[in-house]
Amino acid sequence: MTNTVGYSAIVGALVVSLVGAVIAFAAVRTGRSGLAALGRRASYVVFGLACLANLTMVYALVTHDFSVGYVAQVGSRSTPMFYTVISLWSSLDGSILFWGLIIAGYTAAVVYIHRSRYRELMPAVAGTLLVVNAFFWLLLAGPANPFTQVFPVPADGPGPNPLLQNHPFMGLHPPLLYLGYVGLAVPFAFGIAALITGKLGGDWIRAVRRWTMAPWIFLTCGIVAGAWWSYEVLGWGGYWAWDPVENASFLPWLTATAFLHSIMVQERRQTLKTWNILLVVATFLLTLFGTFLTRSGILASVHAFTEGLIGPFFLGFITFVLLASLVLLAWRTDELKSEPTLDSVASRETAFLLNNLLLVAFTFTVLLGTMYPLIAEAVRGVKVSVGAPYFNRMSVPISLALVFLAGVGPALPWRRGSPELLSRKFVWPSAVALLAGVGFWLLGARDFWTWLTLVLAVLAVGLLWGEFWRPARARMQAQGEGMGRALASLTLKNRRRYGGYVVHLGIVVMAVGIALSATYRKEREVTLAIGQSAEFAGYVVRLDSLYAGREAHRDFVEAAFGIGKGSEQLAVLTPRLNYYPMSDQPIGTPHVRTRPHEDLYLSLMAYARDGSTATVNIIVNPMVVWIWIGGGIVALGALFAISTVGTGGVTGRRPEIAVERDAQPIRAAVGGSD
Amino acid sequence: MSFKKLLIPASAIPIIALLAYGLTRDPNKIESPLPGREAFAFSSETLDGDTVRLADLRGSVVVMNFWASWCVACIEEHGYFVEAERLYADSDFQMLGIVYQDTPENARRWMRMRGGDWPSLIDPNSRIAIDYGVYGVPETYFIDKTGRIAFKQIGPVSRALLHQKVDSLLAAPATGDLTATERSAEAISVGESPGHVGDQPVEESDRPTSEGQP
Amino acid sequence: MISVKKIAVQHVLLVVALIAAVALAVQEGWGAQEESPAVTTEQVDPALEEQVREIAANLRCPTCRALSVLDSPSGMAQEMRGLIRDQLLSGKTPDEVTAYFVERYGEWILLQPKAEGFNWTVWLLPVLLLAGGLVFVLMTARRWVQQGQARAAEEGQEGEI
Repeated sequence: MTNTVGYSAIVGALVVSLVGAVIAFAAVRTGRSGLAALGRRASYVVFGLACLANLTMVYALVTHDFSVGYVAQVGSRSTPMFYTVISLWSSLDGSILFWGLIIAGYTAAVVYIHRSRYRELMPAVAGTLLVVNAFFWLLLAGPANPFTQVFPVPADGPGPNPLLQNHPFMGLHPPLLYLGYVGLAVPFAFGIAALITGKLGGDWIRAVRRWTMAPWIFLTCGIVAGAWWSYEVLGWGGYWAWDPVENASFLPWLTATAFLHSIMVQERRQTLKTWNILLVVATFLLTLFGTFLTRSGILASVHAFTEGLIGPFFLGFITFVLLASLVLLAWRTDELKSEPTLDSVASRETAFLLNNLLLVAFTFTVLLGTMYPLIAEAVRGVKVSVGAPYFNRMSVPISLALVFLAGVGPALPWRRGSPELLSRKFVWPSAVALLAGVGFWLLGARDFWTWLTLVLAVLAVGLLWGEFWRPARARMQAQGEGMGRALASLTLKNRRRYGGYVVHLGIVVMAVGIALSATYRKEREVTLAIGQSAEFAGYVVRLDSLYAGREAHRDFVEAAFGIGKGSEQLAVLTPRLNYYPMSDQPIGTPHVRTRPHEDLYLSLMAYARDGSTATVNIIVNPMVVWIWIGGGIVALGALFAISTVGTGGVTGRRPEIAVERDAQPIRAAVGGSD
Repeated sequence: MSFKKLLIPASAIPIIALLAYGLTRDPNKIESPLPGREAFAFSSETLDGDTVRLADLRGSVVVMNFWASWCVACIEEHGYFVEAERLYADSDFQMLGIVYQDTPENARRWMRMRGGDWPSLIDPNSRIAIDYGVYGVPETYFIDKTGRIAFKQIGPVSRALLHQKVDSLLAAPATGDLTATERSAEAISVGESPGHVGDQPVEESDRPTSEGQP
Repeated sequence: MISVKKIAVQHVLLVVALIAAVALAVQEGWGAQEESPAVTTEQVDPALEEQVREIAANLRCPTCRALSVLDSPSGMAQEMRGLIRDQLLSGKTPDEVTAYFVERYGEWILLQPKAEGFNWTVWLLPVLLLAGGLVFVLMTARRWVQQGQARAAEEGQEGEI
């Protein structure tokens, strides 16, 4: 029964999205608004059916209906309710079902919000999104069907992958990532709609900014939450292993970031039209590619789901999207030409071009490194690995150049700046950065890249601060406001601009956290008897007790370590090893004590059967928390940038224009009043 | 559409080709560099307290199996080894177990429970396992009478594969050069995919003549 | 009206304080690193440990997927670190230790491809792309500036450049 309802909803969603896509494209061709409205209605119906299919699955999971294939695969009576519900996305078929819900949700949201605007673009947007929908529902109706009938019905199931039921973050990280990943289909649909309709000018660029920002924020949070999850769960004290699947989530983030910057150039200077289309297509393709990597099993990865017919389906769809986009692009090349002009090389425009170059080179490097094992096997016939040492070496210089631009870019004015203005903006921050550089060197920062990161971070913070401070001072002088008030009214009226700068600050904070924690991490593995202590990196770690226990879904062994500094007692940390019924090897849960300047990270490695000794890995990680804080700053800044004055949400009426108009006098004040 | 414009979509072809190629490969299959080489010497204590030196087994076909009591995939193949021990009792055949990342008590309990009279060696600090490039358990090495590694199976062995390998190695003369088969490093699959391993076309790689001719 | 100067001083102080905070935090790390970490249970030779870490960081842990032998908490990686240490103590050079692992596990165990032969592509292509892109972007920017100047000259005389 449950299977019938769920599968009917899936097939229904497939049929309606196909029919809806045909209707929507017919609306593009004929320009009839009745057809467009019908296409919109199809999107709502698909969303309704997607909700039905997902709710049916959640119901089956919660009621332990093991006649449902997916439940028999991931369900278990002993799994706590929270992990039972989120096991919706803990395995292959369920996660694709959840994807279906998200893509249907985005589609319905886009057509609803823009129901009376962008009359030429919207039917094509809806049509494109419905085609994407149709693909996912086709997967679900065929090779990824989660509602297969199981007979005889088993009494119990194995439960989800132990790693995925070990930390509540699993309830947060995948949905965020999916919301980001899937959401990037929307800007793609706008890009394709622009190509189809030939409306390559302002409209699609204006509409697409928020529809890129929103998934971008989700994706950023998803990536950071994923890093945090692996830090808290995997027990090796790191947060990013350059695993193919991590790379897959990072690649579209890079191109989406490039896109968010380059559309500003098109908005201002009506150029880079082809480039923007290419970026948005590449971003969507990279999300498909990432899904393909995780779900086809072509690269070995800790995260990979098992293989099946899904790989060929995905490859087919990637081919279709790639060829269709490129053919459309080739068809419109003549209309995409622009005659750009630039007033000065030292301008914001150039900074954006360099930013795009760096982000694309970064994307290329990560993509090449990820795919190289496959390339090497095809060319040389030998299996090779490309891992963290390669990616770190290649990405550090590019990342530092990006940190540099994060500060310098915003300080460079559009078009051109007078030499006096430039020198006023740059002299102090550069001087402070140089002094700080000498200071860091004297303090003992001998690792060149880390030292450079710190210096560039100081420079960027100084330059960004100037961008807040200068106009705020102009306001203070002009209107007699206090500093806080001036800053508040300034930023509130230019949310997009200052939100962006806050994002840059967050990135700089993350860069500092990453550089310091990677360079100055210390670790030592020790075996301690009960009552014995070890001294490491200023901490005294004493093994107090070792005990075993049982929870509903797992057994565990936990060790209690008293932590001290000198003679002072600081905390008791209790890392543990969990034993799940269906898993051979224990899954550790490290215990982390987080402080602003460093984390103390204890990971239980082994213990004596008689409870007399325990082996613990002690890791001291400086400044790790700043990576999460930086991620939070990025998210908040980005949210601020897309929030609107007055009307909330995405429906605001062209706030950019109001902002731009408003920004002029301030910029004039900045230029003139110093 | 002009020729130049066609070039834009054509640029997609190599990417698609690479991904399609990827679909035909199994990332968990790693070719071991070891088959064809002399088996590395070691000696270690068995679970019963005796000492076994690999060199003393020269002249027999040695099936060396890395296993652990916590390894689920090891259960099924263990039955085949018990069977083989009986079947080849009169041949120059020797089973040899090496306990991987496990305690001797657990390993002894397993052997009592599941049978098998062959020696199982304790591997302190996993030195033997690392020496033989073990990725995980189960892994099985087939060593010929001259003391060379003829074949390495990553993942559980099937009954067919076990008999095929042992039969062909028993049939080979105790001296002489390596045949093409033995040198051919066969792609083998890591990890727990029992169905997968059983499906491997063992016959193909086992015919010395067909291998040598392109 | 609040004195602008006073606020200027305030914000300079703020920046200085921020830098000082970072400096203090990291100095603690650096300071501690120079002392040899004392562990009550074992004696550690820092130079040797550094060599072990360097080798282990470039070897792929065979039982896990993306982690290095250095980072992996698995038992096998732990034993491998011990083996690296023992081999170094017995007089092998770091290259010989790495070669030992490649001999047993194949090239697969190296976490970065050796820079030789076809492997150069993975090392050089990104650099070439970046360098070529840089030249392209700067030349494009210059061309656009020239186009801008040409257009401004067309548009009339009052626009002084």
